[in-house]
Amino acid sequence: MGSKPRLMGYRRENGTMGIRNHVIILPLDDLSNAAAEAVAKVIPGTLALPHAFGRLQFGEDLQLTFDTLIGTGVNANVAAVVVIGIEPKWTQRVADGIAKTGKPVAAFSIEGKGDLQVIQEASRVAAMFLQDASGLVRTEAEMGDMIMSIKCGESDTTSGLGSCPTTSQAVDRWVDAGGTVFFGETSELTGGEHLIAERCIDAATRELFQLTYDNYIKVIEATGANLLGSQPTQGNIAGGLTTIEEKALGNIAKTGSVPVVGVLKPAEMPSASKPGLYFMDSSSAAAECVTLMAAGGAVIHLFPTGQGNVIGNPIVPVLKLTANIKTAKSMTEHIDLDVSGLLRYEYDLTKAGDMMMDVIYDTVNGRLCKAEVMGHREFTFTKLYISA
Amino acid sequence: MAITPPQFLLHHDGDNVAVAMTDLQPGTLQGRSVKEGTESTAVLNHAIPLGHKFALADLAEGDSIIKYGIKVGLASAAIKKGDYIHTHNMRSYRWEASRA
Repeated sequence: MGSKPRLMGYRRENGTMGIRNHVIILPLDDLSNAAAEAVAKVIPGTLALPHAFGRLQFGEDLQLTFDTLIGTGVNANVAAVVVIGIEPKWTQRVADGIAKTGKPVAAFSIEGKGDLQVIQEASRVAAMFLQDASGLVRTEAEMGDMIMSIKCGESDTTSGLGSCPTTSQAVDRWVDAGGTVFFGETSELTGGEHLIAERCIDAATRELFQLTYDNYIKVIEATGANLLGSQPTQGNIAGGLTTIEEKALGNIAKTGSVPVVGVLKPAEMPSASKPGLYFMDSSSAAAECVTLMAAGGAVIHLFPTGQGNVIGNPIVPVLKLTANIKTAKSMTEHIDLDVSGLLRYEYDLTKAGDMMMDVIYDTVNGRLCKAEVMGHREFTFTKLYISA
Repeated sequence: MAITPPQFLLHHDGDNVAVAMTDLQPGTLQGRSVKEGTESTAVLNHAIPLGHKFALADLAEGDSIIKYGIKVGLASAAIKKGDYIHTHNMRSYRWEASRA
């Protein structure tokens, strides 16, 4: 570990540190996907983030969509943002939220102009943003400058034995070095939620965690549904996991040993002055969870998997690791790190942690992860309830 | 530190289920606990794939299934030591409706 290369990232206007330098074309709503994608075609090198929602939402559900859009634009992996929406008011609201960081941002609305005029106007700005972003250079970064997120998927019993404990190594090292880490997956703590409660740093945090957990579970339990096949998933069951409690303990095995310093709402950004491990209230669905964590400011994501998940994110590198030898061999184009040797006792957990940190360093410094190479850019909103 | 790869792992000594580390056939197996490093043998009654579980003790219907030293479910049928354990004979105790 002594000969570690330096970490190099992009320092943004508000002091946050990113590891990618994307110029994004962000649609406010589903109707604006076509124009946003057209701009990204006219100006190759920019990245459109199409999604399915943003119309006739209201209340908390609307607020979460705004928080997700603004947080995505604010994320330090993003150099500049073009926002396109059907109506001017909400479009401007998202642009204004992003502009607070000092980041270049421009807003365009389609009503009264049509797609073609907006595509032309937005493309001119996107071209300028892209050229300016290309001139930014990486500077020295520290773990304390960056937020990492963790979430596992298509888990199996090897997750709790190998890939999650390896992730734990990275979590502890990241936090010990002054960094911040998000974990979430609220329903997937069931049966082990007391372990997280015990790790909360003070009574107020513990109380907020318990309340957040209880509220989420109430919604699920009120349905009275048989969740077998949903949580745990069919993939989990195929991999040998039988109950939510068994899955939860594997999930929790990736959260390290450091205290939980705070509880975040979905897509909420933590206080920069209080680094450490945060719980974010979130779905356990991979793309929803990673999207929320990216909106909260995570710039790199560790994704332990058992049976093999393929998820990526448009702006955040999602690193996959597995301890399942079959998955490591059959899904090489998706797996960034094979730690199956841990279960064969070829090396110990500290060594697996070293291997993980090597991949993290390379990824921070610009090497593409498998999800980026494969073009996995899942940008998926969490819906709290029906639209009006 | 390399040793012969264990055929099964249990998380903690005292767990009453173990996990197959390769596709296993019935017979006597060599295993290990991850936390304490205790080596042990067990007899498996059924063929099970990598990652699937079998019982390290006889269990009556309603008995707790312990993994990571923690209750992770209940036996939904009587289970013999060495039997394959999955949704056919184990269920969640937290989500009552979640059963095969």
